[in-house]
Amino acid sequence: MPAVSKGDGMRGLAVFISDIRNCKSKEAEIKRINKELANIRSKFKGDKALDGYSKKKYVCKLLFIFLLGHDIDFGHMEAVNLLSSNKYTEKQIGYLFISVLVNSNSELIRLINNAIKNDLSSRNPTFMCLALHCIANVGSREMAEAFAGEIPRILVAGDTMDSVKQSAALCLLRLYKTCPDLVLMGEWTSRVVHLLNDQHMGVVTAAISLITCLSQKNPDEFKTCVSLAVSRLSRIVSSASTDLQDYTYYFVPAPWLSCKLLRLLQCYPPPEDGAVKGRLVECLETILNKAQEPPKSKKVQHSNAKNAILFEAIALIIHYDSEPNLLVRACNQLGQFLQHRETNLRYLALESMCTLASSEFSHEAVKTHIETVINALKTERDVSVRQRAADLLYAMCDRSNAKQIVAEMLSYLETADYSIREEMVLKVAILAEKYAVDYSWYVDTILNLIRIAGDYVSEEVWYRVIQIVINRDDVQGYAAKTVFEALQAPACHENMVKVGGYILGEFGNLIAGDPRSSPLVQFNLLHSKFHLCSVPTRALLLSAYIKFINLFPETKSTIQEVLRCDSQIRNSDVELQQRAVEYLKLSSIASTDVLATVLEEMPPFPERESSILAKLKKKKGPGAVSVELEDGKREGGELNGGGERGDTPAMSASNASTPSPSADLLGLRPAPAVGSAPPSVGSLLVDVFSEGPAAASAGVNDDGFLSGRDLEQPPETSDALLAEGPGDSDSAPPPAASEEPAPPLPEAEDLLNKFVCKNNGVLFENQLLQIGIKSEYRQNLGRMYLFYGNKTSVQFVSFSTAVSCPGELPTQLNLQTKTVEPLIEGGAQVQQVVNIECLTDFIDAPLLNIKFRYGGALQNITLKLPVTINKFFQPTEMVSQEFFQRWKQLSQPQQEAQKIFKSGHGIDTEVVKAKLLGLGTALLENVDPNPENFVCAGVIQTKGQQVGCLLRLEPNAQAQMYRLTLRSSKDTVSKRICDLLSEQF
Amino acid sequence: MIGGLFIYNHKGEVLISRVYRDDIGRNAVDAFRVNVIHARQQVRSPVNNIARTSFFHVKRSNIWLAAVTKQNVNAAMVFEFLYKMCDVMTAYFGKISEENIKNNFVLIYELLDEILDFGYPQNSETGALKTFITQQGIKSQHHTKEEQSQITSQVTGQIGWRREGIKYRRNELFLDVLESVNLLMSPQGQVLSAHVSGRVVMKSYLSGMPECKFGMNDKIIIDKQGKGGTTTTDEAGKSSGKQAIAIDDCTFHQCVRLSKFDTERSISFIPPDGEYELMRYRTTKDIILPFRVIPLVREVGRTKLEVKVVIKSNFKPSLLAQKIEVRIPTPLNTSGVQVICMKGKAKYKASENAIVWKIKRMAGMKESQISAEIELLPTNDKKKWARPPISMNFEVPFAPSGLKVRYLKVFEPKLNYSDHDVIKWVRYIGRSGIYETRC
Repeated sequence: MPAVSKGDGMRGLAVFISDIRNCKSKEAEIKRINKELANIRSKFKGDKALDGYSKKKYVCKLLFIFLLGHDIDFGHMEAVNLLSSNKYTEKQIGYLFISVLVNSNSELIRLINNAIKNDLSSRNPTFMCLALHCIANVGSREMAEAFAGEIPRILVAGDTMDSVKQSAALCLLRLYKTCPDLVLMGEWTSRVVHLLNDQHMGVVTAAISLITCLSQKNPDEFKTCVSLAVSRLSRIVSSASTDLQDYTYYFVPAPWLSCKLLRLLQCYPPPEDGAVKGRLVECLETILNKAQEPPKSKKVQHSNAKNAILFEAIALIIHYDSEPNLLVRACNQLGQFLQHRETNLRYLALESMCTLASSEFSHEAVKTHIETVINALKTERDVSVRQRAADLLYAMCDRSNAKQIVAEMLSYLETADYSIREEMVLKVAILAEKYAVDYSWYVDTILNLIRIAGDYVSEEVWYRVIQIVINRDDVQGYAAKTVFEALQAPACHENMVKVGGYILGEFGNLIAGDPRSSPLVQFNLLHSKFHLCSVPTRALLLSAYIKFINLFPETKSTIQEVLRCDSQIRNSDVELQQRAVEYLKLSSIASTDVLATVLEEMPPFPERESSILAKLKKKKGPGAVSVELEDGKREGGELNGGGERGDTPAMSASNASTPSPSADLLGLRPAPAVGSAPPSVGSLLVDVFSEGPAAASAGVNDDGFLSGRDLEQPPETSDALLAEGPGDSDSAPPPAASEEPAPPLPEAEDLLNKFVCKNNGVLFENQLLQIGIKSEYRQNLGRMYLFYGNKTSVQFVSFSTAVSCPGELPTQLNLQTKTVEPLIEGGAQVQQVVNIECLTDFIDAPLLNIKFRYGGALQNITLKLPVTINKFFQPTEMVSQEFFQRWKQLSQPQQEAQKIFKSGHGIDTEVVKAKLLGLGTALLENVDPNPENFVCAGVIQTKGQQVGCLLRLEPNAQAQMYRLTLRSSKDTVSKRICDLLSEQF
Repeated sequence: MIGGLFIYNHKGEVLISRVYRDDIGRNAVDAFRVNVIHARQQVRSPVNNIARTSFFHVKRSNIWLAAVTKQNVNAAMVFEFLYKMCDVMTAYFGKISEENIKNNFVLIYELLDEILDFGYPQNSETGALKTFITQQGIKSQHHTKEEQSQITSQVTGQIGWRREGIKYRRNELFLDVLESVNLLMSPQGQVLSAHVSGRVVMKSYLSGMPECKFGMNDKIIIDKQGKGGTTTTDEAGKSSGKQAIAIDDCTFHQCVRLSKFDTERSISFIPPDGEYELMRYRTTKDIILPFRVIPLVREVGRTKLEVKVVIKSNFKPSLLAQKIEVRIPTPLNTSGVQVICMKGKAKYKASENAIVWKIKRMAGMKESQISAEIELLPTNDKKKWARPPISMNFEVPFAPSGLKVRYLKVFEPKLNYSDHDVIKWVRYIGRSGIYETRC
């Protein structure tokens, strides 16, 4: 090995590094490193002590090997030894190794801390700096614990060298950032703030970073820094470029310090002290003035430094937002940059202008640059700058220039980068809506948007255009015409088909007069797109077709033909198939009147916040929202969207609590709330449609057609149609369309049974209506009070009820009702009295039919009135002997009815007793020899005759069975009561 | 199907790039380089999936061969092809090195065109390829039209691996049984796993279209013959059973008639001309372990380690093992090593973190020993040394599996030489594969 010169060259290290670099493969490199490591190990292990130079060299090699990605597990001790060396280079390498390699939980940390402490307390500034740098580089919690108390003292001590102060300030900043809880400024605060007055600019620059960070945490403690910062700034700004010597950078005095000062000032509101404020404004003006001066150097560093200060100053001006004069000047200054050669400057100018545009003072000034910005959008080569230009255009848009800006953005959209297209689309959609004076322009714009960038038009955008078209009568005809024309293009985007389908389905009639857009032409046009569309669009188109049948009866046969063809009615997609089947049936069965009701025009949507805006906010993150809010604040009620914002939470709340009645075609069954619907198909659709007309219109009206709701819950609807009809589901007529009383509910029988043993309670309840009952009976007469409660907030109209007696009941039962008011207000209750007279014993129960319109939809409910023969029981008390005498008298087989049945609810004596009493008979104690058994006696009072009735109930607790035996003088009575009673246990 | 094939040097520079299918773009070349060759972590898996594209690679010294595909191919097929590709290249220009590839890249492209067609492997038989892909260039007067059509009919014919009309003055035949024995043994001498993978390589210089029949002491074959043969006594059957070996699985060169092997267990074939691998096999039972390694490791305090290793040769004293090398791993914090050995040379190789002990020759039934003192540097790492196994390399002149060639008969009915006229040479070489003993 050649003799190593003892200079600082470290030839061995250089040789090793070049060896590594010359390695052909990874394997060779690993071999070389292994060899070197073995060498170093043997050197460190060797008996004779190494001198500082060799130690340094080997530690350097280890460091290099570590940086190549190999693990180093020795040499730490040698590095720590180097720390105590008096040679700068050796100490430096030692610190370097330690800051790179030593982890905080090492045992060596105590030794290291000791060495650092020694260096910190030494008077040698370079050693102090090395120690401080090491602390900052490691920056661990342990370091902070050990030295957080020491460093502030060094920082503010009078005799500390300037260079050490700088290091101390930055080191403290680092420690503060790792563990703010350990760095307590307290007593040092004012002295740290006064570092701003330090003679040495370097110290000020370092200190200001620390102060900025600290003052962000507790602005109040550092409030005094504002005036100091302003005076410092004014001294720098007003100084001639040569005054600051070392701190003048290409003729700009202390640019970094200026920027940091301006940034510190941005942490605080404008100074309240007039003098300070005046001085600051003066400074800012000087900075703006200087920007106008011709450059003192052609070097790019000069202009960079100048512009850096300028942009910070503008940021401060925008932050204060109180000096109109300055704001306008800043805006003009930025305007100059808009056409600057430097791409970065253009970007920064556009970005700053975006914030300027939201200030009321400078908004107008920003608007003057519209041409330049539009030009930037078109000609700029850098995509990020174009993005900023688009942002700025969006920010500067108001009613006066909306048309121009939207047109420009639309034309740009055709060539825009794919990455920003979706955002652009949203912006165009929002601007078009927000500033639309005339809605035909709006419709044109959005349709253009779909045409140009259909793929990037999100659902929200086309939902919104439909909402607006439906809500504005004046634009409907125009929209229909425009959509029709747009659809004639040979290839149009699916979103266009969706809008077209919806709008023509709703308002196709408005353009049907023109022979060029006759109903059949419209239909054929839509249907020509059908097969190219996805399933949701097809579903929408099917709905449009059924609407067509209503709008244009002449197209009925054509459309039915289409619905009937196998590709629809046997479609593999269950949603399409269901729609085809349902619509086909609906169109062939329902009369035109019914169709007209069912397929009525959609009611207007409630005004609310544009979902597009919400989406844009989501896209841009919280920052954009605040801009948006400021925007709203500034524009106030002038905006179309302005008034709509307030009611959003209320609307959504009411939506959440109002269950949608429309989920069930008939409104007969309790429907699940919309919110709980499976979000499978239409989670997006919910957003727009769910809260729409749900509260305002009921049932079939909107459910039958179009809206996303039946997309959301196909299972419910299909059940409603297919399962609820009586008899065959094949021939099920659409029950909603019938004016006839509906057949009784399937659960009516159960409801009836509920009332066999009690007289009061709730007979029926669904989403809309609650029916309560109160009844009393004496002898063969009875009176029943029916209470109809409206559970919704909307009134029921044409409310009518009818009590009818099917079969031969009229001869057995005499019922009289009073008519009720045809109108029930929301939340109100009306009462109806039914008088009942029992002529003779009967079996069937009378029917109660209720009809009313809720939100235009007819509701038709039929129930069984809980009038049963046992209601006319008169209890009879008798003793055991008498009972069994009578029991024997009624011994003919037809007089007795017997049933053995299983207990439904378990055998509980008290419950059974209560039920038997509720039946109306007398419960006879101590009659039956078996105390477990129940015996009852009673007389049924009818107008024509009295029927004596004896009852015996024998429970078998073991088998959970009952045997019920009834004997009465009339066979039908025995049987009926036996039947009724057996259901009760 | 293979979509493309790339060859890189150790730096990841592309030497050969051949794309067979459109679904492989140009960026695939870079993807492999970035994600495998230059990967931060060493990539161990020979199959990598990058952006829905599968890369299969093998490495030969510093050269990477990568086959690329977007389809779901049979990985074994791809690797078999890559190995074949290596064999073909070795047969054409010797060692696969950057230098050789650069010098022969026209030839390699030519070969790639021939052995892979639209991603489907074709004839990769070196002998056949050499008839129409030559290194010297085709001289037109040598290849008349008939000759060219003969090549076509031969390549596409039933026996694609041999052309007709070969004539030798001396009919010679070389048979090499090459085995590599793999072992993992516990410190106490218990065999944890052992297997032998062997190859029968044949070099044939025979005239005409000879029919060959190869016989060895495979247990099944012998049992079958024992049963079939009426004359063998019980004793003879036993003795042959003793010598017979159980072959776990074997694969044959395409020239072997598999149907005959399936029915009669006889290996008969028309051999290709020149060198080729007749069969490959694997055995796991009754393996003769040529060497036994007995390690003794003692840790003396934190800074010292004493190692003693004894090796014993376990074969006939008349045989000589060669190229013996024992590799004793040393801990990562080794700072100095002293070695004493009776035989051979031993040296601490710091770059490999191992003591390497080399013995040139060693006869059977002998033993030799090495002892070493290893000094350690105390580290602050608490990790214990993992004690990697001691590995060994050697070469012995017998087959550790016990395989014996019983006969190789040559029949050439059309030409006038018989089995006796053919000069046959048989050689056995047993090499170490991964031959390790834990310590």
